[in-house]
Amino acid sequence: MAPLLEIREARRSFVTPEGGRLAALDGVNLDVGANEFVTLLGPSGCGKTTLLRAISGFESLDSGTMRLDGADLTALPPFRRPVNTVFQSYALFGHMSVARNVGYALEVAGVARATREAQVAEVLEKVGLAGMGARRPGQLSGGQRQRVALARSIIAKPRLLLLDEPLSALDRNLRQQMQLELKSLQHALGIAFIFVTHDQEEALTMSDRIVVMRSGQIEQIGTPREIYRHPRNRFVAEFIGETNLFPVTIDRVEGAEALARTAEGVEMRLPGKDRRPGEQVTAILRPADFTLGGAGIPGRVTRAVYLGSDLYLFVQPLAGGPEIRVIARDGAGFDEGAAVHLAHDPARVHVLEAA
Amino acid sequence: MANRRQSVALGILLAPVTLFLGVFFLLPLGIIALFSVLTPGLYGGVEWAFYHWNYGRIFGWADGIIEIYEPIYLQILLRSLSFAALTVILTLILCYPVAFWVSRLSERWRLVFMFLITLPFFSSLIVRLYAWLLILKPSGLLNAALLALGIVDVPLEILYTPTAVVLGMVYVMVPFMFLPLYSAVDNLDRSQIEASLDLGANRVQTFVKVVLPQTLPGIMGGAVIVFIPSVGNFVVPDVLGGAKGLMIGNLVEQQFLSSRNWPFGSALSMIIMAVVLTVLLISVTRARKAGGHA
Repeated sequence: MAPLLEIREARRSFVTPEGGRLAALDGVNLDVGANEFVTLLGPSGCGKTTLLRAISGFESLDSGTMRLDGADLTALPPFRRPVNTVFQSYALFGHMSVARNVGYALEVAGVARATREAQVAEVLEKVGLAGMGARRPGQLSGGQRQRVALARSIIAKPRLLLLDEPLSALDRNLRQQMQLELKSLQHALGIAFIFVTHDQEEALTMSDRIVVMRSGQIEQIGTPREIYRHPRNRFVAEFIGETNLFPVTIDRVEGAEALARTAEGVEMRLPGKDRRPGEQVTAILRPADFTLGGAGIPGRVTRAVYLGSDLYLFVQPLAGGPEIRVIARDGAGFDEGAAVHLAHDPARVHVLEAA
Repeated sequence: MANRRQSVALGILLAPVTLFLGVFFLLPLGIIALFSVLTPGLYGGVEWAFYHWNYGRIFGWADGIIEIYEPIYLQILLRSLSFAALTVILTLILCYPVAFWVSRLSERWRLVFMFLITLPFFSSLIVRLYAWLLILKPSGLLNAALLALGIVDVPLEILYTPTAVVLGMVYVMVPFMFLPLYSAVDNLDRSQIEASLDLGANRVQTFVKVVLPQTLPGIMGGAVIVFIPSVGNFVVPDVLGGAKGLMIGNLVEQQFLSSRNWPFGSALSMIIMAVVLTVLLISVTRARKAGGHA
C-alpha cells in the first residue's frame, strides 16, 4: 500500500543574519502511513518545525517533492491542503466563541448552520468540552484551550493532522494525561498524526514511529523501542533518554560474549556476535541496565538522587573514566561514598560500530 | 487604615488634573452653554436675557420668523460631517495597507518610519498648509507637472474647492489614523492568520473573518480620533477652501471674530459637540456589540 504522505529529498535553506546559509531541511525523505502516529524529535533548530510548516504549506521547499495520497502538495496554498494543524500557541480566534472557533473550517467551507452546529457539538463532546461552546477562549484554562485547538483542527476530518509542540505550555500532570488522550483520540479518528516535540519522553510515550532529526537531516527513523534500544549513532543515543557511553576495545571473544575494556581499564562484556579482538567500538548501557551486586565494575557512589521509588546514582569506577549513571531501587542503602559493584547482562549492551 | 491612606494619596495625586480640567475645560464649556441661550449684544458680547432662537437659526428659522426657512447653516453642518466622514474613509484606505507593511519591517526601519510619520508634528500646521496652497494653485507644482506631461491642457481648478479641503484634511489627519491602526495591526496575532488559512479559509475569508475583526478596535480608534477634529476643523478650509469649502468651524470662528454674534457661535459649538458625542456614542456601543456577539 502506498504511504499517505511521501516526502522525497526535501531541501530548504534560510539566509542567516550573518549572511550565511542555514540548511533547515537537508535532503529529507519520509513516508507516513495512514493512521500512523509519527513524531518529529530533535533539539531546537533541527528542522522539525520547518518540515511541519512545509507540509502545512506555510514554508516552501527549495527542492524536493511532497505527495499526499499520490497528489503533489508543493504547489498548493495552505487553505487547499487536506491537512490541519494544532499550533503551539493554539492560535484560537479570540473574538469568536468556542463553538465558532471549532466550526470555523466548516463555516468557511459553506456547510449549513444546522449541520455545522451538530458536528461542533459532537467534536466538543469528543474532546471533553461538551456544553462549553458559548464561552470565549479567554475564559478557558490552558488545558481547555488546547482541547479547543484540537477540536477545531479535527472537525473537517483532515487526512493528516500536524501538531506543533501542542503540549509544551501545559504543566506536567496535564501533559501526561493529554499524551494518553491524544494517542487514543488518534486511534479513534483514524487520522495520521505528525507530532513535533523536543521532549523525548513525550515521543516515546505516544509514537508509532519516531523521526530523530539534527541539522536538517534525519538521523534515525524507528519505533520507540528501536530508537531507545538500538540507536544508530551517538547523537540518537544521547538525545533519547539517559545513556552511558563506553568507548572500548575488544579484548577477546568467548562464544556469545566478548570481553572489552575502556582506555581506563573498566571491564565489560558485550554480545560476541560479529566482534573481533582489537576492534574499537562504543558500548551503550542505559542506567536501568545495571544491577548492583557483589560482582561487576567496582566503583564508589559520588552522588545519590532520590526519585521516589528509585534512586539515581552517580558511580565513579575505581579504574577511572567518566561517572556511570545508574538507577537502583531505593532502600538498599546506597549512600554517597558507598562501595558498589555494577553488574550487567551482556545481551542488554547495544554496540555502536564506531568507537 | 492602609485603604484610607491610599485614597488620600490618590486624592492628592488626582487634584492637579481635576483642578486644571475644572478651571480650563468645564468652566469655559459652562460659559459657552450659557451664552448659547442668551441674546447677542450689539457689538459682541452678550445681553443677559434668555433667547432660544440661536438654535432656531441653525436649523433654518432665524430670529423667530417661522415664514422664512433657510437651512444654510444645516447645510454647512452636513457638509462638515460629510467632509469629516470622507477624511476618515480616505485616511483609513491610505493607512491600512501601510500599517501592515510597516509592521513587517525590521526593527530599525520601523523606527525610521515612525519618525517620518511623526515628522509633520515638528513643523507648523499653517506653514504646511501654505505648502499645499503652492502645490494646488493653478500655476502650482501639480498643474505644472500635469501640463508638462500632457495629461491636461488647462490647469485644474483644485484650490478653493471642497476637493482641496478634503485633500488638506486627509494630509493633516494621516498620522492620527496611522498610529492607532498600526498599534492594532502590530498586535495582530499572526498565528491566527495562519490558523485561518490552515482551516481552509482563503485570503479574502481570512481577512474578513479574522484580520478585520481583530484590527477593528484600531480602526474605530483611528476613525474617532480623525473624525472629531475634522468636523470642527477651521484652519484647513480657511487656507485651502473657498466659499464652497466653508465648514462649521469657520462659521464659529466668524461668529466670534467678525460677525460678533457670540451666542450664535456658542450655539453652533454646542451643536458640533452634540453631533460628535452622538457619533462617538453610536460607534462605541456598536463596537461593543460587534465585540460581544460576532
